[in-house]
Amino acid sequence: MMELVCPAGTPAALRAAVEAGAHAVYCGFSDETNARNFPGLNFSPEELVPAVAGAHKRGAKVLVALNTFPRAGGEKLWHQRLADAEAAGVDAVILADIGLLDYAATHHPNLRRHLSVQAAAANPDAINFYAEAFDVKRVVLPRVLTVAEISAINKEIDVETEAFVFGGLCVMAEGRCALSSYATGLSPNMNGVCSPASHVVYAEEGPDLAAKLGGFTIHRTPKDRPAPYPTLCKGCFTSGEQTGHVFEDPVSLDARHLIPALAKAGVTALKIEGRQRSRAYVAEVVRAFRAATDALADGRELPLAELARLTEGQSATAGAYAKTWR
Amino acid sequence: MSDHDQIPRLPKLMGRAMRPLPTAPLSVTLTLLARRIAKRHPGLFQRLGQYRETRFLLDATDLPFKLLLDLRDGKVKLTAHRTAPEAEARIAGPIAGFLGMMHGAYDGDALFFSRDLIVEGDTSAVVALRNAIDDAELDLSAELAELAGPLKPFVQPAVTLAEKGSGMVLHRVDTLAGGWT
Repeated sequence: MMELVCPAGTPAALRAAVEAGAHAVYCGFSDETNARNFPGLNFSPEELVPAVAGAHKRGAKVLVALNTFPRAGGEKLWHQRLADAEAAGVDAVILADIGLLDYAATHHPNLRRHLSVQAAAANPDAINFYAEAFDVKRVVLPRVLTVAEISAINKEIDVETEAFVFGGLCVMAEGRCALSSYATGLSPNMNGVCSPASHVVYAEEGPDLAAKLGGFTIHRTPKDRPAPYPTLCKGCFTSGEQTGHVFEDPVSLDARHLIPALAKAGVTALKIEGRQRSRAYVAEVVRAFRAATDALADGRELPLAELARLTEGQSATAGAYAKTWR
Repeated sequence: MSDHDQIPRLPKLMGRAMRPLPTAPLSVTLTLLARRIAKRHPGLFQRLGQYRETRFLLDATDLPFKLLLDLRDGKVKLTAHRTAPEAEARIAGPIAGFLGMMHGAYDGDALFFSRDLIVEGDTSAVVALRNAIDDAELDLSAELAELAGPLKPFVQPAVTLAEKGSGMVLHRVDTLAGGWT
């Protein structure tokens, strides 16, 4: 059966994910060592211990994301979190930085290593390098690949692959995108935040909702339209004589209908995005995807429960998997 | 939003019936309830981090008063106001939205996308509060029952009745209400 890897921003969300049928849950510490460093979110080392024990008791794995790039002179925090993760008994750590991968392989050789999507390893040569140099066991694939490309990659590598199937859609080469930094000085790569809430302002301007990031208006949404997050890659801009979503519409990924194709392409695990979301979101999405993976394992038709209302833009896309973008 | 495509609004009759309620005694009761929750769920305030001294205006748009959650000076105060008091952050929407989020029935971001919820002011503080409350796994019916003293046996039937009449979620809906043992 394909492994369902589910998000948990808090201990309560982790419990919700496991109860809803997650095979594995991924989470992070409450600091800049992971790419969802949001206020009020994440785990202290003390909170992680019972969370891991509870998940293991129920047969679920816990993966810890340490997927930001350590600051020069600040590496000790990332090193400490590796030790905290191992002490809590986690099943794997998800890393992006080459230096941290090397440190983990040297100092925590028994701690399983997954390569984060933040490493943007999008071809067999890159993946094989990480596998050979740091004994990485699984690669989280960037969200810029088609199913055919994933199939081609899997034929030339010996490690597991994990593909995003639902949630917020990053359309850039992850780990290398600096758009958020231009507007706020903070990025997912160094600070763990893309378009951080500290720089976001929503304002009712007449009948419109203006969403601003670092003082820049990214969206102006009429009353009857879904409100978006003010992320620059999904902003509405004027370019020449054209006004629109230049990079990508504010929509979310839903690749449920592609699960059989991803299985055929050799993908081991399916990842749901959304550590910043509530336990209500986690429970509902995980239940829907667990029903889908169970159906696939049993050779039944995949159930497709309605999930669009939970997503940004309240509409879904297959993202790069089908490459139908303009 | 498990079973709810559209979140319910407080019945207008109920809103009108609440209008004459004096805000001072209501504020005393609400503060008592909030302090009780704070005591039973200390993790909630730890999660607020740098926003532990923030004033949140909880603007339930179908209630005849606005609620101010004031955390300044290390004290928890939840007070009712006829007009909007000053606050660092404002969250506005139907009371069912607030209660549904609190009980794990609704996702806050989804309510924001659908424009059921409006956020103004310090967005970061709102995100912290939302995450802290979500992790606390609160159950208003259980808190009210404990607060009711000798009237405790009457609370659950009253809550069930209120839920049926209003369509609102007044208790935890997840399967973990019994605990994670």
